Amino acid sequence: MLFYILKRFLQMVVVIAIVGTIVFIFVNMLGDPAVLLLPPEASPEELAKARAVMGLDKSSWEQYKIFVVNVLHGNLGNSFVFREPAMRLIFERMPATLEIVVLAMFLAAVIAIPLGVYVGAHPNTFISRSILSLSLLCVSMPTFWFGIVLILIFSVQLGWLPSSGRGDVVILWGMRFSFMTWDGIRHLVLPAITLAVQQLATQLRLTRAGMMEVLRQDYIKFAKAKGVSPHNVLYGHALKNALIPVVTVYGLEFGGLIVFATITETIFAWPGMGKLLIDSINISDRPVIIAYLMLASMLFVVINFIVDILYTVIDPRIDLR
Amino acid sequence: MITTVRMTKLAGILHSEGFYNFRHNPFAIAGALIILLFLLTALFGPRLVTQNPYDLAQLDLNDSYKPPIWQEGSDPRFVLGTDDQGRDMVSAMVYGVRMSVAIGFCVTIICMTVGTTLGLISGYKGGRLDSFIMGLVNVQLSFPSLLIAMLVLIAFGRGVWKIILALSFSGWVTYARTVRGTTMAEKNKEYVEAAKVIGFSESTVLFRHILPNVMTPVIVIATLQVGTVILSEATLSFLGIGIPITEPSLGLLVAQGYVVLFSGLWWVSVFPGLVLMFLVVGMNLLGDFLRDEFNPRLK
Repeated sequence: MLFYILKRFLQMVVVIAIVGTIVFIFVNMLGDPAVLLLPPEASPEELAKARAVMGLDKSSWEQYKIFVVNVLHGNLGNSFVFREPAMRLIFERMPATLEIVVLAMFLAAVIAIPLGVYVGAHPNTFISRSILSLSLLCVSMPTFWFGIVLILIFSVQLGWLPSSGRGDVVILWGMRFSFMTWDGIRHLVLPAITLAVQQLATQLRLTRAGMMEVLRQDYIKFAKAKGVSPHNVLYGHALKNALIPVVTVYGLEFGGLIVFATITETIFAWPGMGKLLIDSINISDRPVIIAYLMLASMLFVVINFIVDILYTVIDPRIDLR
Repeated sequence: MITTVRMTKLAGILHSEGFYNFRHNPFAIAGALIILLFLLTALFGPRLVTQNPYDLAQLDLNDSYKPPIWQEGSDPRFVLGTDDQGRDMVSAMVYGVRMSVAIGFCVTIICMTVGTTLGLISGYKGGRLDSFIMGLVNVQLSFPSLLIAMLVLIAFGRGVWKIILALSFSGWVTYARTVRGTTMAEKNKEYVEAAKVIGFSESTVLFRHILPNVMTPVIVIATLQVGTVILSEATLSFLGIGIPITEPSLGLLVAQGYVVLFSGLWWVSVFPGLVLMFLVVGMNLLGDFLRDEFNPRLK
């Protein structure tokens, strides 16, 4: 086990190094930030000066070496626009993103798993068919469009819920959170639902598929023959095994949702790290783009690592080697 | 002679169990009809609509923001209203569908070809090449495909071919992994041995003998992927890093509508989204049917 963890840790370092290099190369293919940042009437001397300040006058290889040394020191450069460390900018916005992501994951799981169990156990009832059709619509729907429809109904037409920003926030451990105030909660509702809906549908379909497969197996027949109550067969015997694929996807989807939050944040002007990424792309703020991509990849690598370990805890049949 | 062979093949398909199940599954038929409808729209739509919405000479700014015909202030020329440039929504959506369908199929075919080939080689050869390809697949699978597509688009900028490249880059891995697994199971079977003994070259064995036997999951993945690709393209275009504004795209139309949402101009974003959903529902209905049909564990 220890050997395995060590091996995976080394793999993690290699993956992050490769990703970092790829990100560096790709981002350097972007247009010249000096031209984009200075006013169009700037003279060539001014442009050259700006390039020197940003360290862009050195060769690519030099820039890469500086980049690597800085990364090892935990420094991903200063934002060209905000003149602040890119890492700090992202960390400042991370709680906002995590807030909607966690809420969306929670909403999805609480609704999807019971519904999925029901639909899997009673596949032919009218309710099951309706739920399944609805979930198909949710999977096929563009998320950004769903958010816009929610704004149209609940903000423009009914005027019940706000459509942009975080509302009043409470500062907790130096981070700002919306879920502690009533105004904040009202601002959270629409973004969280938008982010949750596709997740909900996917998990529901996974739980259903898992349930249907498990319910065919012999040990379920045996449990029924033994006289175990139908309720216990479903929730005691079947659910445990049906949930294995759901849990795996759950971990991976967490990472996916952080990226997907980019869309939700753009629609609802939610000041998270995804909106920061899109804004930075539009103004070619290289250090922020690099910092976002690096942090996100580290996060995914770590999440995968945890999911792999969790696997063995849930399903002892899986051997790590 | 050849026609008779073709006729018997066709009759074979029409009398097969799969086609029987298809005919008796209303969802699958609905899916197929929706796809057919969109394919026809993509092929012939531009000839049927009243204007080319991306030819600036045909647009008149006086026509901008006309509501759909059942609302007050509408213009009978524009059944579903117009956008900020005075584009007819119906025409703009037909062109958008054309783009979505083209990108969806193009990316899927590229991913299918690249992924299947690499999966076949990886599974058949094994060894270092296999470890290398699968290492690549595993690294890529641990990152959300949207992030990978974004990374490519950040580097290369907006454009139709660039978005095809970006989405292909993030979509081939599923094929490679599935095909590799199936190939590893197939390569030890007797028919492969037989083909090798006869003296067929390695590539003949791979592509003429093994390939047909790994195509079933590939077709299922491909059908479901078209829908995913179409949604990804719309999403990236909506975020402003996909299709450039001079080209038609349903995602861009939604984005244009989003800007004017609070002025009560709802139709610009609502209709393109509905069309997208309808299109993807069709692909998913057919994909789900094929998946259940080919899944031996559900029989």
